[in-house]
Amino acid sequence: MKKVFPILCVVTAVLLSYALYQALEVAPTEATMGDVQRIFYYHVPSAWTAFLLFTINLVASVIYLFRRSVKADIVALVSAEVGVVFCTVVLVTGPIWARPVWGIWWTWDMRLTSTLIMWLIYVSYLMLRRFSSSGQTAMLAATLSVFGALCVPFVYFSIWFFRTQHPSPVIGGGGSLDPRMGRVLLINWLAFLFFAFVVCWSRYRLEVVKREVEEAQAMEDLALPRSAR
Amino acid sequence: MSLTRATLAKDLRLEWRSKDAINSMLFFALLVVVIFSFSFDPTAEESRHIAGGLVWVAFLFAAVVALNQTWARELRNQVLDAYRVSPAPANALFLAKAFGNFIFVIVLEALMTPLFIIFYNLRALGPAWQLPIVGALGTWALVVNGTFFAAMSLRTRSREIMLPLLLFPISIPAVLAMVEATSSILTGEYSAKFWIVLLAAYDVVFTTGCLFLFEIVLNAE
Repeated sequence: MKKVFPILCVVTAVLLSYALYQALEVAPTEATMGDVQRIFYYHVPSAWTAFLLFTINLVASVIYLFRRSVKADIVALVSAEVGVVFCTVVLVTGPIWARPVWGIWWTWDMRLTSTLIMWLIYVSYLMLRRFSSSGQTAMLAATLSVFGALCVPFVYFSIWFFRTQHPSPVIGGGGSLDPRMGRVLLINWLAFLFFAFVVCWSRYRLEVVKREVEEAQAMEDLALPRSAR
Repeated sequence: MSLTRATLAKDLRLEWRSKDAINSMLFFALLVVVIFSFSFDPTAEESRHIAGGLVWVAFLFAAVVALNQTWARELRNQVLDAYRVSPAPANALFLAKAFGNFIFVIVLEALMTPLFIIFYNLRALGPAWQLPIVGALGTWALVVNGTFFAAMSLRTRSREIMLPLLLFPISIPAVLAMVEATSSILTGEYSAKFWIVLLAAYDVVFTTGCLFLFEIVLNAE
């Protein structure tokens, strides 16, 4: 396993730079938006990766609720953390693109709003993990994750109905994508997936070590007499 | 069921004698109303459009005050630990607490609504009989999740801050539905049906979720 990790890092680095080259050089310039459109190759893969990670978080939380497996808990924590990072990238790149194209930084459009609410829910998940005392964190966090997932359809439907009453610009509503752009998009997504996986993996190992240290510390704190150690 | 009734009766009696929760909620909501009235000019036409949001924000904040006190009382003298070791079903306790909070917040709303009407010159242009339905469904949505998350934040550091941080993000769709339903009834511009249905569905889903998961949260140790 230890050998695989550096190899994976190298592969990810190569893939990311290739994807960058593809996005900046190879992909055709968009006819009306110009070069600004290229942020799309970061925006969309980040969004897909974030949603994938949030799904993994839900699955791991449910597994934890049934099996009480520590591994599942760590996976849930890691996927939520990295998912929030990617979701932040989505929320930051979106306005950068929207400003020149729509003329506004932000609009309370359906997708923007639901992504923002999703982000809020997972930030509150991380806050809960940060604030709860160690023994109960896993259980409480898993419950909150299930609640967050229950909330997603409501967010979607409420915002959908709310915003269809006040029409606003929406991208990609049945629009077609140049196949070359589609290919670059997929390459970028692949690179992002590798990147997310590498980050999650190292974070996972860090968390495992952290818990081992804590456990060892707790054992020491049990105040065994020195001779008994 | 008898446990639910007993706990509910106990909570109501305690509240009736001390009036802690209702007094603090009332005063808090009153402050919100007054402060809001400075932030814009409360003329009839304007206020009709924003009153829905205003009313619910005031109730939401005030409800958090009551929700924070839900379980704090049981911590004293280890009452909660006694519940935990007793064979009584956890859900009976949860329902009692949720009903108790529901009654507190409904009483608050009943007392505050006339004030809102007076201060902001409100008059419903749509079907006013739908307002109590929206009120009841919306309050239950806040209270059922609030009771649950209050039990959850009991296990965290600085629990009073934690409750709104957990409750508000999950409640966003419900709050949106309440606000939109109330505004649509007040302005009479469009139908509130969709929002009422959405609120009812939200209530059903989250009540079920709470009942499924409460035992885990109560016993998390």
